[in-house]
Amino acid sequence: MLDNSPRFDHLPAAPGVGYKPQHFDELRAEPGPVAWLEIHAENYMGDGGRPIAQLRALSEQFAVSVHGVGLSIGGEGPLDPAHLARLKHLVGWLQPASFSEHLAWSTHGAEFLNDLLPLPYTDETLARVADHIDQVQSTLGCQMLLENPSSYLAFAESTWSETDFLSELVRRTGCGLLLDVNNVFVSATNLGLSARDYIDAFPLHAVGEIHVGGHDEETDEHGTPLLIDSHGAPVVDPVWSLLEITLAKSGPRPILVEWDTDVPDWPTLRSEADRAAKALSPVR
Amino acid sequence: MIVTQTRFRGALLDPTQAVPEGLLDGADQPAGRRFAVYRNNVVVSLTEALQVAFPLVYKLLGAQTFARLAGIYVRAHPPSSPLMMHYGAALPGFLETFEPLAHLGYLADCARLDLALRAAYHAADAPALAPERLQCAPEALVGMSLALHPATRIVRSRWPLYDIWRLNNEADAPKPRAVAQDVLITRPEFDPSPHLLPEGGALWLESLASGQTFGAAHDTALAAVPDFDLAQALTLALQTSALTDDKTKDD
Amino acid sequence: MSNTMKTVAIVGAVAAAMTAQVTTAQAAAKEKCYGISLAGANDCAAGPGTTCAGTSTVDYQGNAWTLVDAGTCTEIELPAMADGTPRQGSLEELDRDLPA
Repeated sequence: MLDNSPRFDHLPAAPGVGYKPQHFDELRAEPGPVAWLEIHAENYMGDGGRPIAQLRALSEQFAVSVHGVGLSIGGEGPLDPAHLARLKHLVGWLQPASFSEHLAWSTHGAEFLNDLLPLPYTDETLARVADHIDQVQSTLGCQMLLENPSSYLAFAESTWSETDFLSELVRRTGCGLLLDVNNVFVSATNLGLSARDYIDAFPLHAVGEIHVGGHDEETDEHGTPLLIDSHGAPVVDPVWSLLEITLAKSGPRPILVEWDTDVPDWPTLRSEADRAAKALSPVR
Repeated sequence: MIVTQTRFRGALLDPTQAVPEGLLDGADQPAGRRFAVYRNNVVVSLTEALQVAFPLVYKLLGAQTFARLAGIYVRAHPPSSPLMMHYGAALPGFLETFEPLAHLGYLADCARLDLALRAAYHAADAPALAPERLQCAPEALVGMSLALHPATRIVRSRWPLYDIWRLNNEADAPKPRAVAQDVLITRPEFDPSPHLLPEGGALWLESLASGQTFGAAHDTALAAVPDFDLAQALTLALQTSALTDDKTKDD
Repeated sequence: MSNTMKTVAIVGAVAAAMTAQVTTAQAAAKEKCYGISLAGANDCAAGPGTTCAGTSTVDYQGNAWTLVDAGTCTEIELPAMADGTPRQGSLEELDRDLPA
């Protein structure tokens, strides 16, 4: 519960999956190793109907993590007070085990661009993101987790590494982190960096949740690999390996399997959760 | 070189603009095609949101034509809210002035029907009016106020809108007839469905929704449609849970 | 119509509608779901990288644009126009006035 104890560790250190409505019946009947679910906050901000009814039913059986995709924490403009109020309402009635958002921006002026857009890692960005995190945490009355992005390019103006930038945000705001190891793999490949070095430099003590997911493989105009964070395929072996390396250093953590496009049947998704359970077993 | 979000956004939605300087790949070369990933994400994700929101328009146009329409619409009308469940509200008006599809005059009303079905899907829950509530003294009945269920929507059309919906959703549906059709959307539990309203039915329901009494709404409908059939309209409204029990219940 | 007549008409309509509830209750129960699945429109996945939806410039001039792979709108046939010419793929707007 987020209400009186502002901590991020209320999710079980067990496999979870991103909830898809087509799995509603099978998921409840045969959850396998799945102990918790993650939902995208913005899909449950309607007034009623099936989405809200399903979420109420699911929250009786599973711990729930609310994952925002629309707050634009990295936006140059102020946070949208109406959207913050909607989040507060959702978190208020659902009492989820965790709330997380992205190190990204998506709103510009009155426009919402519906993608997680990248940020330059500068002192100015750091101060702005820290202010926005403070505002979210004081509005919701709980600690939030911030997720590392998938990067397809870098900013020449950046003066911080991503891991130092995130560490400094944790220090300034007391937020926790959501470590997406597929994003680490995607970004490292796309920017010619080492995923292992990234994990070594990551403030693992602050990690309240880990994501894994599938990606697509492309190349850019120079023939260099360009990975796309599509969440539309099984998790690849190098990402499972990176997860095992991470868990060996961090100890057990809640692990979410994300599959958002070309969503498979429930047994296929559950078998990914089985694999997450296997990755957790040596560190229990 | 500092890339502001204004600069980034400008190039994001306008593919004729150059990729902003100051964006790099892993070898410190200009980002080039990597910027196209974001361009694609914005347009693809918004196109998919529209496809989910407008199943009837999508079926009528086919995948390619719909995608081309969406590519233009998302740049002209990017979302103004992070809630994709509300995106596309301007599409009916956009279609009314969109020259290449002007020969499909019914398309804007089809978009309105899609929007009404989606709005019904996400609308608040409320109990349906129990028919027994109408078993009362004649004077009480005439003076009774009735409210529409929060999920109830009405789409008036000068086109055979209900027939067009059926053609695209039911096997062996008849070809659309050359008549104007008003459509009632209701959501008895979780699934919205459209129903053909009898002539005058839309005005009758709208009159009830605006606060007119049962008797006054009947008068209004009769004044516009002299052979308005109240029994038929009321039967439909009760069967489809179009009405709710207590209009003051808003807490 | 007098107020009494109107009241009689309303009472009669309600009685008829109540009777109809009983006889059609079964039909309503069997009504097919609309079956829409609109719950998941907000996502945090990236779009397919191979498509160029975001990079193409869009030309919407003229007939070349329209109906490249027309969907079911081609099944909706026009009633004959005033001059008797049928037009495929369209449907003539009807002139009936709506009640105010």
